Amino acid sequence: MAVNESARSRPKLAVWKFASCDGCQLTLLNCEDELIPLAGAVEIAYFPEATRAMVEGPYDVSLVEGSVTTASDAERICEIRKVSRRLITIGACATSGGIQALRNFADVSQYRSIVYAHPEYVKTLERSTPISEHVSVDFELHGCPVNSSQLLEVLAAFVQDRHPRIPSYSVCVECKRRGAICVTVAHGTPCLGPVTQAGCGALCPAYSRGCYGCFGPQDTANTQSLADRLRVLGMDESQTLRIFRTFNAGAEPFRTESARHEEVAP
Amino acid sequence: MDDIRGMVLLLPGLQLLIDVLRESGWTVRGPTVRDGVVVHAEIESVDQLPAGVGDLQDGASYRLRERGDGAVFGYVVGPQGWKSLLFPSRELLWSGHRTGTEVDVEPADVDAPRLALLGVRSCDLHALEIHDTVLAKRAVPDAAYLSRRENTFIIAVTCSDPGGTCFCVSMGTGPVPDKDFDLTLTELVDQEGHRFLVQPGSDRGEHVLDELMTRAVGDEVLNAARTDRCAAALVGSKAAQRMGRSLDTDGLRDLLYANAEHPRWDDVASRCLACTNCTLVCPTCFCTSVEDVSDLSGTQTERWRVWDSCFTNDFSYLHGGSVRPSVRSRYRQWATHKLASWVDQFGTSGCVGCGRCITWCPAAIDITAEVGAIRSGEG
Ligand code: SF4
Ligand code: SF4
Ligand code: SF4
Ligand code: SF4
Repeated sequence: MAVNESARSRPKLAVWKFASCDGCQLTLLNCEDELIPLAGAVEIAYFPEATRAMVEGPYDVSLVEGSVTTASDAERICEIRKVSRRLITIGACATSGGIQALRNFADVSQYRSIVYAHPEYVKTLERSTPISEHVSVDFELHGCPVNSSQLLEVLAAFVQDRHPRIPSYSVCVECKRRGAICVTVAHGTPCLGPVTQAGCGALCPAYSRGCYGCFGPQDTANTQSLADRLRVLGMDESQTLRIFRTFNAGAEPFRTESARHEEVAP
Repeated sequence: MDDIRGMVLLLPGLQLLIDVLRESGWTVRGPTVRDGVVVHAEIESVDQLPAGVGDLQDGASYRLRERGDGAVFGYVVGPQGWKSLLFPSRELLWSGHRTGTEVDVEPADVDAPRLALLGVRSCDLHALEIHDTVLAKRAVPDAAYLSRRENTFIIAVTCSDPGGTCFCVSMGTGPVPDKDFDLTLTELVDQEGHRFLVQPGSDRGEHVLDELMTRAVGDEVLNAARTDRCAAALVGSKAAQRMGRSLDTDGLRDLLYANAEHPRWDDVASRCLACTNCTLVCPTCFCTSVEDVSDLSGTQTERWRVWDSCFTNDFSYLHGGSVRPSVRSRYRQWATHKLASWVDQFGTSGCVGCGRCITWCPAAIDITAEVGAIRSGEG
């Protein structure tokens, strides 16, 4: 029996936001040429950033941006999981806790009293945590922000019921494929490329800058060896601590590496 | 030596060579400086060449230096190699379109420009020969590689100033080009002036030399004198004495096979970043993977071939997991393939001693040192 494509109902897509800067959702909105085909392939059922029309759940796929930083976040993500057939987290916040996970290394009540005029109004958890610490996640798309082609690939894979083609090897692979000059070897510039997952197309090295690790750890991240090399390039313990403690500070290999330098940093 | 035809070009003569090649429909690709590195790019004028530029190479370190002699081939190999021109890092294989239940598959057009490669070093000539064996002489040749390879004109050059990570002498691949070129140059900078001894290696090369003789209007192209030939021979023999690295190849294949469980593999694994740089800069590594890309509607699809590396986890992914999850097994695969199983597979070593994997490894891992440690029994 032939499948009538147009009669088959489109999968319902929802886009949710937790503690984040909206950059990853904007990446989706910035896929200008692909937005119309996307709207043809899926029904954009819940996406407050883009449209006020809201279709009730359950949803076939939920994209989740942001980390869990409050008790109500922690409850809300459980509700979202219940109404989502597939749940995909997008961006450094959702996959590793984001830049706001820097609080995990400090005393939140101290921060709160310094930053806010009325700290007693601010209800927040001690730690900023990735979505996967709260509910099961079907796929994690890394990046700060995520790469638009990768996001479309993940959605296409979902629609076509196949595994997304998102490599987990290092940024160096993309760096060499595009013929960029290695900034570490040729200029002595520290670069996190060897321990960072590909996805950006080696954007920074292509502009003669070291990689900042926006896409989080690659699947085989030897951070300890890289830290040894960073020392050779002139970074002291506190600089090494800081370079591992940015957007993906909460990602396990980066977290342990930064902690290793905390013990010895002045 | 004297029986081989030889001519001497002054710098304007080298320009004439470039002009003649360009007029015959060749795009000349040669050395130039970009971002602090000698890379290759399209060359129209000798002014683009890296005049007076040398390089200092060591593990994880590459810096340019001022030579003070105006030599244009006074550097050695950079990160790129010629691999990316003949075997691109990303290549479309075919695209497909679905209409209803019909699928049309269209093979990709092969882009095979006529390229004249200027300044090819002896190690890289041997690497090209290896790629010819691996890619073109197998049961089903790589048609795109073959058509690009047939469209290359090679102007080799003798290395005068080997780099800190070079070891072609150990591998028997240099520093003097001995085959597979159309023309070969030796740059001379001495009291007689700055000039190039040029010799042919093919009929095509001979024709180009004839053309140069006809076109020369002054003394920019001359017949080589005996003194030029002697000076040129010395360039190669002196370079051979000054290799930055060496590798004892005696019984190497059996040594590596016998030491598959050597503790040195654990030691190198603690330093290796599994970043893939060594394989991607290596002029003989040929591993690729295919990527299928489809649009959202699933009607348009493309199959791309991209460079891959045995240092990635997914490289050895079979159903259920990776065969080489540990970095130890990946580094051992690389070193053993290059220096041992390559011999069984293709009849030669897979390493030509260019030193790129040493210079461009961000962790300064040196294949000659790792293998040396295994030979000496160090842990
Ligand atoms: S510049 Fe960075 S990403 Fe590129 S090869 Fe070097 S270390 Fe890797
Ligand atoms: S293994 Fe290293 S030295 Fe040998 S050919 Fe490859 S890059 Fe050059
Ligand atoms: S060393 Fe690795 S990447 Fe290179 S040819 Fe062998 S298996 Fe392929
Ligand atoms: S040997 Fe060096 S270049 Fe090769 S994967 Fe390991 S760290 Fe990277």
